[in-house]
Amino acid sequence: MSDTTRRETDPVTDGASSPGLDTPGAEVTTPPTQAATATGHTITLRGLNAYYGDVHAVRGVDLDYAANRVTAMIGPSGCGKSTLVRCINRMHEEVPGAYATGELRLDDLDLYGDSVDVVSVRRHIGMVFQKPNPFPTMSIYDNVAAGLRLTGTKGVNVRERVEDSLRGAGLWDEVKDRLGQPGIGLSGGQQQRLCIARTIAVEPEVILMDEPCSALDPIATLKIEELIHELKTRYTIVIVTHNMQQAARVADTTAFMLTGEMIEHAPTDKIFSNPDDERTEEYVTGKFG
Amino acid sequence: MSVTTLAPISARRRRIDAIMRGSLAVATILALIPLVLVLYYVIKKGIGAWSVDFFTTDPTGNFLGDPGGIKSAILGTLEIVALASLISIPIGIGVALYLVEYGKQSWLANAIRYFVDVMTGVPSIVFGLFVYVTLVIGSGYAAWKGSVALALLMLPIVARSSEVVLNLVPDSLREAALALGTPRWRVVMRVVLPTAATGLVTGALLAIARGAGETAPLLFTASLINATNFDLGKATNSLPLQIFSDVQQAQDRLQQRAWGAALTLVVLILVLTLVARLVARRRTV
Repeated sequence: MSDTTRRETDPVTDGASSPGLDTPGAEVTTPPTQAATATGHTITLRGLNAYYGDVHAVRGVDLDYAANRVTAMIGPSGCGKSTLVRCINRMHEEVPGAYATGELRLDDLDLYGDSVDVVSVRRHIGMVFQKPNPFPTMSIYDNVAAGLRLTGTKGVNVRERVEDSLRGAGLWDEVKDRLGQPGIGLSGGQQQRLCIARTIAVEPEVILMDEPCSALDPIATLKIEELIHELKTRYTIVIVTHNMQQAARVADTTAFMLTGEMIEHAPTDKIFSNPDDERTEEYVTGKFG
Repeated sequence: MSVTTLAPISARRRRIDAIMRGSLAVATILALIPLVLVLYYVIKKGIGAWSVDFFTTDPTGNFLGDPGGIKSAILGTLEIVALASLISIPIGIGVALYLVEYGKQSWLANAIRYFVDVMTGVPSIVFGLFVYVTLVIGSGYAAWKGSVALALLMLPIVARSSEVVLNLVPDSLREAALALGTPRWRVVMRVVLPTAATGLVTGALLAIARGAGETAPLLFTASLINATNFDLGKATNSLPLQIFSDVQQAQDRLQQRAWGAALTLVVLILVLTLVARLVARRRTV
């Protein structure tokens, strides 16, 4: 087990010159095509610990995220589920004083390896945030293209990719006539789907969603959930949610966390009907949390 | 007391309210009086000096006869301030970017913040003296040395205002860009700076307006001459110094020219401030 303790000290890294992950076709020039990812990708956590300074937020978690499956992370506020997910694409260490130890692998690649460039990790593992965060200075089109442009991806037909991504996010028909308008002019639900389009435009292997629907109304939420069902044929998805009905609707497996520890990870049906752990049962039946 | 009888506002509260409102209004008017008087006198005395010749001829330096206009002073101010802006704005924004994007709460960043604050409070003549001692002695006056003194004065203003504006850029946007796999320098160049652009422009324009009106830093650095000069390596006239010099003369014609130059300076700075306001109105942050 490789045990790494790090904190980002010099974040000025140029992706083009970085060693990156040793994934075939991982570098900026030729991103992996969808055909290549059809086999799916797994994420493996072994003894993962995450800290904010002295606060021990995630405590020795072991977990396997299966390829092309949706895994929901549930648990009461402050249980560490968001922190854990942010460790997967190494966004956790962006918080001053925050760091993680333990082993975290995308397929066979050690994401916390000494020579790994965080920028490269994030190109493989996309993230959708709680609050829709389109770039306010950019149009709808530019927001979707932003991932390609910001990461300096070359050799891609941007226009095609933008259309494909917007179709993939179920937004194309609503915005195809106003691609030049500002992204922040859309409704909240549309903005969140725009952010999903932006994420899938760079063709990651895994998509992390940190409470993607908590700022949305029920109809917009439904659309995102339908989208998640479609996306899992192409991506491995991890979704953090406060909403247990949502976990039951979208997730193949569900992981329950409490005070930084992984209590139980099982098929969603089992978690909600017949969990092994008493605490899981108490939480899903609403006795606390 | 039952709910059907809501208590009226007491007479005492009404009275205190009226008194407090009244005294606040008086304080506001008192504060405005000097401002209005300054503008009134500058316009009243200065507008008479304005003419086409006033803007198109250099000061003659003749003790008797035609004193000439202020062309060299206007152009000199524009040159000196332009160079000072070229020096101070990129460095100031650079300092702010370091503080907000990289230094954050490190001891170095906090030390820089502290020194920037101290620099903001340093009297402008100290910058003039500093440049005089380090650059002017032995080699003489030059426009660029005046620019350096003004740049030292403007630098903390730009850095401070830029830091405030950059802090207003939501972290969610930085996270969005970072999570896409964007190198941090590109997050700064393509997301943070464009989002903060209007605010940065406003801060820079206000610093320019401040620098354009300063006399003391130019006094022993760019000096006072009559002829128009475009060589940054030579002594160059400027509006504040022209005013400073003219107002000390015993002749009405020169005093008149000082008022005219003062009005010109006020209008220049007013235009800059208005531009800053207009830009700020469209700000997206």
